[in-house]
Amino acid sequence: MQLKSLVIGALLAASATTAFAQSQFVALPSYRVGPYASGGSGFYGGIIDYFNLVNQAGGVNGVKVTWEECETEYNPSRGVECYERLKTSQGGATLVEPLSTGIAYGILDRIPQDKIPMTMLGYGRSDAANGKVFPYVFPLISSYWSQAAAMVKYLADKNGGSLKGKKIVHLYHDSAFGKEPLPVLEALAKQQGFELVKIPVAPPGSEQQAQWLQIRQARPDHVILWGWGVMNSVAIKTAQRNGFPRDKILGVWWAGSEEDTVPSGDAAKGYTAMSFNTPGNYPVLDDIRKKVYAGGKGNLSDQARIGSVYHMRGVTAGILFVEAMRAAQEKYGKGKPVTGEQLRWGLENLNIDAARQKAIGAVNMFPTVKTSCEDHEGSGAVKVQQWDGKKWVAITPNWIVGDRALVKQLVDESSNKYAAEKKITPACMK
Amino acid sequence: MLYREAGQFKTTYETDGQILPIRQDRIALLATLAVATLVLPFVATPYFLSAILIPFLIFSLAALGLNILTGYCGQLSLGTAAFMAVGAFASWNFVYRIPGLPILAAFALGGLCAALVGIAFGLPSLRIRGFYLAASTLATQFFVVWCLTKIPALTGGSASGVITAQKIEILGYGFDTPQRKFVLVLLIVSFMALLAKNMVRSNVGRSWMAVRDMDVAAEVIGIRPMRTKLLAFAVSSFYCGVAGALYAFAYLGTVEPEAYSLDLSFRILFMIIIGGVGSILGSFLGAAFIVLLPVALNMLAHGLGLPTNVASNLELMVFGALIIFFLIVEPHGLARLWQIGKEKLRLWPFPH
Repeated sequence: MQLKSLVIGALLAASATTAFAQSQFVALPSYRVGPYASGGSGFYGGIIDYFNLVNQAGGVNGVKVTWEECETEYNPSRGVECYERLKTSQGGATLVEPLSTGIAYGILDRIPQDKIPMTMLGYGRSDAANGKVFPYVFPLISSYWSQAAAMVKYLADKNGGSLKGKKIVHLYHDSAFGKEPLPVLEALAKQQGFELVKIPVAPPGSEQQAQWLQIRQARPDHVILWGWGVMNSVAIKTAQRNGFPRDKILGVWWAGSEEDTVPSGDAAKGYTAMSFNTPGNYPVLDDIRKKVYAGGKGNLSDQARIGSVYHMRGVTAGILFVEAMRAAQEKYGKGKPVTGEQLRWGLENLNIDAARQKAIGAVNMFPTVKTSCEDHEGSGAVKVQQWDGKKWVAITPNWIVGDRALVKQLVDESSNKYAAEKKITPACMK
Repeated sequence: MLYREAGQFKTTYETDGQILPIRQDRIALLATLAVATLVLPFVATPYFLSAILIPFLIFSLAALGLNILTGYCGQLSLGTAAFMAVGAFASWNFVYRIPGLPILAAFALGGLCAALVGIAFGLPSLRIRGFYLAASTLATQFFVVWCLTKIPALTGGSASGVITAQKIEILGYGFDTPQRKFVLVLLIVSFMALLAKNMVRSNVGRSWMAVRDMDVAAEVIGIRPMRTKLLAFAVSSFYCGVAGALYAFAYLGTVEPEAYSLDLSFRILFMIIIGGVGSILGSFLGAAFIVLLPVALNMLAHGLGLPTNVASNLELMVFGALIIFFLIVEPHGLARLWQIGKEKLRLWPFPH
């Protein structure tokens, strides 16, 4: 009996290793419960849906993508535990995406040692865009700093090209996240001559009457809403109660999803927010509906959420991951899974142009991305979207890029400071 | 059978007063410690050490700190995470601003800073009690986190307020692998736990318990409430401060205000409620329950191959149900349960 089970166990183990040899393992420390579950389930659902789509078509040059989730509840302590658990799972993770600034900071020093690249799709830390100091970190598409610069660019364009003498309120989540754009906004305020009024909201921000009274007294031309979670819908509703026009509020992209506007009801109509996706429908989403959901393998329990802001962001992340695997395979051998180090190279040499987007079926769904050692973001372009009462609509036909030179300067300053503190010699990795 | 103390006679005051009067307990404890320091670092996986055991020990230390204040001295506190934050940020600042300062000294200084803050915020305890005191310690929580996000000097001028902890190095020996970090944390925690056990057995501990049980009576028999209560606040905050520093330096690797949220204070309070209020062992059992059980449930759910969203929600439900179950079975916590079990074992297999 024992011998038999041993033999079966050995066989299972053997078959398992051969299965892993032909697959590319991605660690997904996700969160599907707790206050941020709506964002987490949409985003990770999007990644998994795209992975399933790719696997159905035979994988990346025949290499299947595998993944494992681990519940973090958006809690840094549990996130670190998940990372440690997943990194050795299934023969070793080759990529990790925690979708949480706290967890990302917690594992920031561990990933170069473990040689596992980490992506931070649209969140901090912004200075990780410098690949010489942070070779394993990729704030892909656009960091907070690029976004803040683009916000100012958009507002300037809206005001006829100049913000001189205008007043802008930065209403922010009083945390690392909310304070991250301050260096960029302050520098731009000085440069362009607008007045920046900073008003913090203590997390979670479910009561904001005092802040909006302050805003009413300040009579700003625009309000930047740098919020997260329940703070966003409360801000929109309180703005309505105080008679502040919603189309003058510009939200950060964590304040620009259906989960933020639907609970506010009518109050949200006209509200604008940033995004690095163009809302709409794309062939790749149709494919996901047809091939993944029709086969019962879809990750979202509610099919209406396919193509929602968070889900589309997840699909975008999935596309970037798969393209990085492709790029790495081009260099290190097609049809073979790549290691974390090799995938790092792939992420650093991403080039998704319009033609590639067309082949994927996602033209204009996200800006074109071209990364390099100096630029781990690869784009910096964003769009502004507006809530029309039922869905998000893009109101800028073209991608907006802010003052890239200024952002680059701040990134270099801040990352070099980090390098000096950590005694890292900035250099590009081969 | 195994757990019988027949033949163990106490012939001196020393043997009568020792921490573990039963020989089996002593052997078990020493064996556990020996295995933990000498065997575990070599056989356990880095994941098990760095993601399970290190946080378990650190939270045990924090729970121990809170247990001194709440369990032994009877002062309810919701500011545990704040004291941890003070310890972590102070240690970071000491290492950052005084080059060449030994890291253990920085931890101790961090603990002392937390103790000072603890004394300051313990002052209201002289006038108010119970739930009202909880509200005033709640103020500590908000005040400390507010200070840390508002005063740039405390975070070394970092834009986001999140700073990376320095490397741990003692006498040129780097504690950089999970094994070494684990041994360091284990030694610090065992030493401080031993200290705490002795403290609560001494006149200091007895005066704390006297104040806890009835402070007017304690005053009548000559215990000075101010000194006793503030001492409890100081010692408790010191423990929490060291735990906070270890949490930042040996576990997370970053120092950020949000890691020390009110949520963490509640979790530590739950640890001592479930583990056992007024028990050193209870602090460890409670920390094990709150830290390890969710991870174990999560692994189990994944092992069963459940879909992740079901697994995540199921984990919370089972966890909540178990808390209620254990509190109904034994309202005095796991430590009491263990004590009852021990009593039964002593008579087994021939109970009267």
